[in-house]
Amino acid sequence: MKFAVIRFPGSNCDQDCVLALNNLSGASADFVWHKDTSLASFDAVVVPGGFSYGDYLRCGAIARFSPIMQTVKSFAASGGTVLGICNGFQILCESGLLPGALVRNKGLHFVCKHQSIRVESTNSRFTHTATKGQVLNIPIAHGEGCYFADDATLAALNANDQILVRYCDASGQTTEAANPNGSRENIAGICNETRNVFGLMPHPERACDPALGSTNGLVIFDSLLKC
Amino acid sequence: MKVLVTVLPKPSVLDPQGAAAAEAIRHLGLTGVGRVRIGKVIELELPDSTPDSEIHRIAKDLLSNPVIEDYSFSK
Repeated sequence: MKFAVIRFPGSNCDQDCVLALNNLSGASADFVWHKDTSLASFDAVVVPGGFSYGDYLRCGAIARFSPIMQTVKSFAASGGTVLGICNGFQILCESGLLPGALVRNKGLHFVCKHQSIRVESTNSRFTHTATKGQVLNIPIAHGEGCYFADDATLAALNANDQILVRYCDASGQTTEAANPNGSRENIAGICNETRNVFGLMPHPERACDPALGSTNGLVIFDSLLKC
Repeated sequence: MKVLVTVLPKPSVLDPQGAAAAEAIRHLGLTGVGRVRIGKVIELELPDSTPDSEIHRIAKDLLSNPVIEDYSFSK
């Protein structure tokens, strides 16, 4: 499975993603510059974390106008797998590929730590090898990770089983205290209605090697490889 | 002409910056402060002939995110 990892000016998790993917058997990854317009040789797209365009205007607001994003949109529209991590999640929301938006953390601080998240749905190509309710320990690192959507959008996300992961404590309880950024309903990651686009604030690529303290991020990439 | 576009978070969106600023105003001794919201103002230089519909398009598609923000503009 060949992954395209999109590089915007200001992306800084692109190398982590490529390294994590190239370490998996059956996967290979390559960088794709944001001014490129072709994804023809790729099976899946990762929009990595970072600070594309310096977070000018709003996180992800400028990146969505990069030439490659038109191609990512048509790739997604034809059923292609798109994974957005952190700033990538913000870009996918700004692009309209995912509903809602990410705003400033409730506590105003940039939060950088290991965080427990609970798998809410295994009905996706990103989570099908996990078990429902499984708690994953995955790093988060963001200042604008507070997920916001209006009541109607939230209701639709719940009704369609689009909320794939929620912030929780180590025992899997999705308490307010376990919510690191004020996200509505402790939402850490959602997929689109057709379930081929997934965005999340936590960084699975930073949890793929025992040396980094957790390998829980592998379940997402393994799921993709076993589709 | 110069156009000033004002972008503010929607009332339904949590604005922790605004809440922090309101708290700081109380620390200044002004107890009557209500809700404070922090947004941004963008000044655009545009041809005089630019129709309002184009300004709306710029404000809606780029300068604001309609999911979380409202905008207004003045010329």
